Amino acid sequence: MIEFKMPSLGADMEDGTLVEWRKKPGDQVKRGDILADVDTQKGLIEIEVFDEGVIDTLLLEEGVKVPVGTIMAIIRPLGEVTEEKDIPSAISSEEPEKSEEVPAKTSEEKEERRVKITPLAKRIALENNLDYSVINGTGPEGAIVKKDVEKALAEAVGPSKEMGGFTEKADEAIVEVKKEHKTPPIKAIRTAVAAAMSKSNREIPHYYLEKKIDMTRALEWLTETNSGLPVQKRILPAALFIKSVASSLVDVPELNAEWEDELVIKNEINIGFVVSLRSGGIVVPSLKNADLKSVGEIMEWLNDIIPRSRSFNLRSSELSGSTVTITNLGEGGADKVFGIVYPPQVAIIGLGSVAEEPFAKKGMVGIHPMLYVTLSGDHRATDGLVGSRFLAAMDKHLQNPQAL
Amino acid sequence: MEMVKMTYREALKQGIREALLNDERVFLMGEDVGHYGGAFAVSKGLLQEFGAERIMDVPLSESGFVGAGIGAAMAGMKPIVEVMTVNFSLLAMDQIINNAATLLHMSGGQLNVPLVIRMGCGIGRQLAAQHSHSWEPYFAHVPGLVVLSAGTHEDARGMLLTALKSPDPVILFEYTFMLNMEKEIASDAGAMDITKAKVRRDGKDITLITYGNGVYKSLEAAEELSSQGIEVEVIDLRILRPMDEETFLASVAKTHRALVVEDAWRSGGMAAEVFSRIIEKVFFELDAPLQRLCGVEVPIPYPRHLEEASVPQSQDIVSTIRKMMGL
Amino acid sequence: MQEEEIKSIVLHSLKQIAPDTKPEQLGWEENMREALNIDSFDALQFIVALSEKLDIDIPEKDYGHTATMKSLMAYLKKKKQV
Repeated sequence: MIEFKMPSLGADMEDGTLVEWRKKPGDQVKRGDILADVDTQKGLIEIEVFDEGVIDTLLLEEGVKVPVGTIMAIIRPLGEVTEEKDIPSAISSEEPEKSEEVPAKTSEEKEERRVKITPLAKRIALENNLDYSVINGTGPEGAIVKKDVEKALAEAVGPSKEMGGFTEKADEAIVEVKKEHKTPPIKAIRTAVAAAMSKSNREIPHYYLEKKIDMTRALEWLTETNSGLPVQKRILPAALFIKSVASSLVDVPELNAEWEDELVIKNEINIGFVVSLRSGGIVVPSLKNADLKSVGEIMEWLNDIIPRSRSFNLRSSELSGSTVTITNLGEGGADKVFGIVYPPQVAIIGLGSVAEEPFAKKGMVGIHPMLYVTLSGDHRATDGLVGSRFLAAMDKHLQNPQAL
Repeated sequence: MEMVKMTYREALKQGIREALLNDERVFLMGEDVGHYGGAFAVSKGLLQEFGAERIMDVPLSESGFVGAGIGAAMAGMKPIVEVMTVNFSLLAMDQIINNAATLLHMSGGQLNVPLVIRMGCGIGRQLAAQHSHSWEPYFAHVPGLVVLSAGTHEDARGMLLTALKSPDPVILFEYTFMLNMEKEIASDAGAMDITKAKVRRDGKDITLITYGNGVYKSLEAAEELSSQGIEVEVIDLRILRPMDEETFLASVAKTHRALVVEDAWRSGGMAAEVFSRIIEKVFFELDAPLQRLCGVEVPIPYPRHLEEASVPQSQDIVSTIRKMMGL
Repeated sequence: MQEEEIKSIVLHSLKQIAPDTKPEQLGWEENMREALNIDSFDALQFIVALSEKLDIDIPEKDYGHTATMKSLMAYLKKKKQV
């Protein structure tokens, strides 16, 4: 018997998520055959077999994350008969603390859930590489219809109001695009952005505020902090900005809220961070409990989430639940950006570029790195005064970066 | 365009009259079509105008006079044979299928049968199981026949004229229930195409495919649904054989939902054929299960309320479509 | 390590972060970030990749040297003592 283990696909790889088995028990395999798709921090990778034989048992369920070295499957060399005792009954016992989440099921036991979906909805889902098995159907007999798929595609871009069931199920499976070699759903993303933005612009009366913030101290602090860090851990201003937004929302919770015919302030501060795609369109992953994370942790999150966003390799839970959104156009060269609120959120914070400008401070005009922070708010939910307090809080926090 | 108001009955009569005027080979034969003016008064006055040679009363023998019509057609005439209602057509089924529909084949292409058989179809007003059935599907099953359904006044006026040009036998269904209905049609209305289905109302949300009595009921329902924000595309099949599928397939590809409405019995009806073609050709366009509203599978009852309950009414169409749209 | 080898590592790393571009067609004195539409996050990834593949440390104060192919190659050659 040959044990097929979760391979290490790079020194930094600690674990991998089995996304899809490409073979089933009884299939004959030879060296070079693709056995499974595994999701790693580097994206979705096809795993090859290096032995010849027949697949005896598949030990992992799709969607399960296991450490490198975990036995994934048993391959019987050609000519060998199955010996019951050789089959491990559970995942590698060497690392029991890591494998608790791993149900050791053979594929024969795997539950086959028949998903009710209309032919049209299925076609649209497949064309957009959407895993429809986790979508809630609203059609006849609970079937998934076109509308449901379009909603799921829209949510893959930006959070929207009705995402309850979607979020709860999100841990079960990957909703987003599974395979890198498939064409990313650019058109679907464009359509979804168009729908969400039109709705917002139609329904939400926006107010807009901007504030110039002196970044001298924040940038000094970053330079100082980064000088002591290896290149992989260095912090970008974006991480500091996210943290300062989170802290300012603690001070002004009215903007961390939803509008449902009344202002509903949210307990968690989950920040949606707009990631633009090279090919056009945006994806908005959500940083959960941003106020409880350090700047370093936020940078780690960015390091993980941005490449995965750009390769469409996100879990649905990572795209949902945002309570506020940050759009960061500082790279593009625009001085400031006024966003459009994602309903049912009530505010979007826009970060412009940091540029040197003459700035008067304590009676002296000097050259300072300045950042334009903007706030677009839902005027049904809050008034300009609240937004103004928020921008003042941003300024306060960015003048004391070490406290963040 | 000048419009005139007329009943469905008057439209039928004008069509027959124009056909008689156009071509002297055309003649009308049937039970009581002459002196009595037709069982439903469709040919009233025509005997006086055209004479007994061209408006011919026949004995009560469907097999006999339909056979005579077939013979006349083979001999170069253009007979219009009236069978009073579809119920009695079964007596002539042997002539219709084994001769009219099949002679071209059996004669190796030497003998065609350019004959038009008109028959009253569907419920009337309490005419009971003897006179009220909707048996279009029986005829639509038979290769060699052209089967037409006149669901509008224009078609009642104009289908016959085109049907008389067909080299093959044509069954033309007319609807007893619609005889007294008044509608406006163009004063110069004439021959109508007999190859294509027609979109009677444009819509984007659901395709309703129907024919015959279903057409006016579906249009009524579509009007009501439109006020509720549902835009129904109503398609009148018109030609039940050979069926024009392109029109409804294109519509289903647009709306992604389809409902068929017909007075005929459910099992083995036209709906079953329409659905088969939708599933064969545009399966991946469907966003909801196909639905049909058909006649209840009983002989048509006599009492008014039961008669009404035995075929789909426009309120049934409204509620079925609302359900299909998830409302 | 030869200059050609360093250049090939640079081009390969650029291609990885901006797969839709043609880094080999970059002008010698063109601003790379503008020409290839690279944001600060991708720029950091690029520097991480260079640090790892060339086994060198690129401190933040030296990021300015990475602006053009000309300045970057000069900087890397100096670092690797080519």
